[in-house]
Amino acid sequence: MLETIWFLLWGLIWAIYFTLDGFDFGLGTLLPFIARTDKEKRVVYNSMGPFWDGNEVWLITAGGVTFAAFPTTYAVMFSTLYTPLLLILFTLIIRAVSFEFRNKISSQSWKSFWDSCLFIGSFCPALLFGVAFANIFQGIPFDANFIFQGNLFTLLNPYGLTGGILFVALFLVHGAIWLAIKSDGALHRRAIAAASALWIFLLVMAVVFLIYSWFATTLYKNYLANPVLFVLPLLTVVALLLTRFFIAGGSLWRAWFASGATILTAVLFGVVGMFPNLFPSSIDPALSLTAFNSSSSQLTLKIMLGVVIVMVPIVIAYQTWAYYLFRGKVDEAMLASKESY
Amino acid sequence: MDPIFLSRLQFAATTLFHFLFVPLTLGLSIIVAMMETRYVQTGNPEYKRMTKFWGHLFLINFVVGVVTGITLEFQFGTNWSRYSKYVGDIFGSILAIEATVAFFMESTFLAVWFFGWNKLSPKMHAACIWIVAISSNVSAYWIIAANAWMQNPVGYEIRNGRAELTDFIAVVTQPYAITNYLHTIFSGFIIGGFFVMGISAYHLLRKNEVSFFTKSFRMALVFSLIFSIGEVFMGDLNGKEMSRLQPEKTAAAEALWETQKGVGFSMLVIPDEKNERNFVEMFTIPKFLSFLTKGDWNAEVRGLKSWPLEDRPPVTLVFASFRIMVGLGFLFVALTVIGWFKRKKLESSPLYLRIMLYSIPLPYIAALLGWIVTEVGRQPWIVYQVLRTNQAASPIEGSQVAISLAAFVIVYTLLGFVAFFLMVRHAKHGPEPV
Ligand code: HDD
Ligand code: HEM
Ligand code: HEM
Repeated sequence: MLETIWFLLWGLIWAIYFTLDGFDFGLGTLLPFIARTDKEKRVVYNSMGPFWDGNEVWLITAGGVTFAAFPTTYAVMFSTLYTPLLLILFTLIIRAVSFEFRNKISSQSWKSFWDSCLFIGSFCPALLFGVAFANIFQGIPFDANFIFQGNLFTLLNPYGLTGGILFVALFLVHGAIWLAIKSDGALHRRAIAAASALWIFLLVMAVVFLIYSWFATTLYKNYLANPVLFVLPLLTVVALLLTRFFIAGGSLWRAWFASGATILTAVLFGVVGMFPNLFPSSIDPALSLTAFNSSSSQLTLKIMLGVVIVMVPIVIAYQTWAYYLFRGKVDEAMLASKESY
Repeated sequence: MDPIFLSRLQFAATTLFHFLFVPLTLGLSIIVAMMETRYVQTGNPEYKRMTKFWGHLFLINFVVGVVTGITLEFQFGTNWSRYSKYVGDIFGSILAIEATVAFFMESTFLAVWFFGWNKLSPKMHAACIWIVAISSNVSAYWIIAANAWMQNPVGYEIRNGRAELTDFIAVVTQPYAITNYLHTIFSGFIIGGFFVMGISAYHLLRKNEVSFFTKSFRMALVFSLIFSIGEVFMGDLNGKEMSRLQPEKTAAAEALWETQKGVGFSMLVIPDEKNERNFVEMFTIPKFLSFLTKGDWNAEVRGLKSWPLEDRPPVTLVFASFRIMVGLGFLFVALTVIGWFKRKKLESSPLYLRIMLYSIPLPYIAALLGWIVTEVGRQPWIVYQVLRTNQAASPIEGSQVAISLAAFVIVYTLLGFVAFFLMVRHAKHGPEPV
């Protein structure tokens, strides 16, 4: 029972992470294409300025919770995915410092250097997280000694890449809507146009991914066994359609919540489909790590459940307050102040 | 290529690099919070300028602390998977708690503080930096408690082929964790204080913004004086805990080969590890080592030779690191006491100011050496007397680790250079004109 609760919490925390940091990744990826002047670029940076670090802590928590609740999965997952994970971490490093460093020196080449860093540090993690999760859905080739039989290119298979591109598409739409909310004038119009155009790309990728998953994975097994669960992918589809609907109607905040819900339910769709597997082996399904054979002791699961039930709502409360505090557009006053990126 | 050796090198390099930034976060956050509190109390705009100037330096440092911490969080899985499987039941939960109770607060409120100057009342705004300072120092408690468990495992049982938690309270409140914690955050406070004093000295030597930097210097001076003295006492307590729990680490830190009663403390020692003796032992204070480690002049202290070779930590490195840290600890007391007597005439003490400027790196060195004593002195164990380091690494190819280690060295070197360059630039530039 505790294992099942933790399985769901585990999926939920990863899903929250992708929903929150998703718009940062989308914006960083859009930056070179959407912002033309230095001022517009600074609008992009400052639109995520107060949020990216708090969002990234969800990743630390997701990692920490994997370690605490399913230590064997933590150990095997991160050691078999050694190279892609370190690539993600390195690119996240350069993303984070580009925020802090870019505006410290006014030379043009200095700024464009950090702009490229922000792009790399947003696009690469988005793609690689998608590749990693799609491969996990499909099963990872590791043997009885938990040794990975492959290399980075094994993971870059067609299904893995489809998952990666789907993640990038989800985040691009989410980020473009956020930028539309935060900006004015030409940048605002460009952001709305980008969100509408990227939405079509996202729709195509989502359909391709859902069909491909039918052939490449066993994700649908749980759904066929319990058809009520189909509510979850249905919600994803509804949220996706609402996103488009709200963009067209000019309700940008609603569109942003809808695209967030799309990401959240899409990740949960995959996680629920895997249950009880956390890290399936494609070499021999019997080796797969599940919520039951890789979990911590009952005592640890109980203590951690207490911690999470108390702390996570508090965290969500003060993070919501921070989002509310900085809900306005990135305006001239903010850009002129020393306290901005 | 040996993946264990490379993973050790990588872990040591990345944690030590992380700990170049961590202690300044711990100390400077408090100093900045005190400055802003003074601003709220007095309404004097000079304190607001101080808050902003030192706050900007704090932010550059903070972001590098954040990015280097994330790689550590995942390295237990990537490089130490056997360790993670074996002790994750206990160790993983402490790391997860650290993230949920401290990191979220730190990052969220720091952003609110930085971007929120015009959105919050002055009191609320000052409260935000206090929340950052407190949650940083709380985060340090959890990570040190996790580390203390590796030094002195308690509250567990070996079951199902791994260490399982039996007593959570024992794990998070063991005295060893508390002494280590205080010693570590004090090191951060000293680093923060010396940082502020050093940069202020630079400007005072140039007669630049005299009132601003005199105020900054004095605040930092009082802070460093208190904690430099405190640090020596905490170090002594730490040493007593160490000799109680890990006598072989004490033996290595003192380069003591033979078990003896009433052992003297030699000021000058040069160990000869190969022949299990010391080349030189001079200026001995009789019985003092027994007193330092046990609080009893005639106590028996175990020498290294009483352990089999495979259970002994490396001696020379631990010994040298320990000696230099302790020496520096006394030097900091001396420097801050001298400062106390000169506090009213700082401008007319250029020699003292110059010394303080060049002292900025010293507390950093002391803290890094402290970690070397603690971590290298624990070898060959990764979890003391439970799991050996050479059984803890991941089953991965040495070449993978070699590549990631090289990448860390390159990325961190560049990162270090840029952060250093930007901080020096901002520090030299001085505060914004009114
Ligand atoms: C004594 C204190 C201390 C020690 C020994 C460590 N850290 Fe640390 N860490 C901090 C004190 C700290 C901090 C003060 O809370 C930091 C430093 C600067 C900062 O931004 O927060 C931080 C940041 C930080 C972050 C980023 C948090 C964020 O995004 O806000 C992570 C994931 C870690 N650390 C993880 C680790 C791990 C896995 C360590 C062990 C090997 C470790 N730290 C040693
Ligand atoms: C909770 C905190 C920490 C944990 C769990 C931890 C754990 C470890 C691990 C797994 C290793 C590698 C195995 C080994 O060679 O011993 C190691 C080595 C090392 N760590 Fe720590 N460490 C922690 C904090 C730190 C910090 C903050 C520093 C310093 C800044 C540090 C300094 C070192 C050094 C220098 C080594 C190399 C020792 C050697 O390989 O001989 N550690 N520690
Ligand atoms: C002057 C007297 C000092 C003494 C007697 C002393 C003693 C010790 C001892 C015994 C340890 C090892 C603890 C263990 O492994 O169990 C240690 C570790 C350490 N020391 Fe010191 N120390 C002194 C000064 C300093 C100073 C001035 C700094 C930094 C500014 C510092 C920073 C550290 C750090 C960061 C550690 C590692 C964390 C820990 O184990 O607490 N120490 N010290």
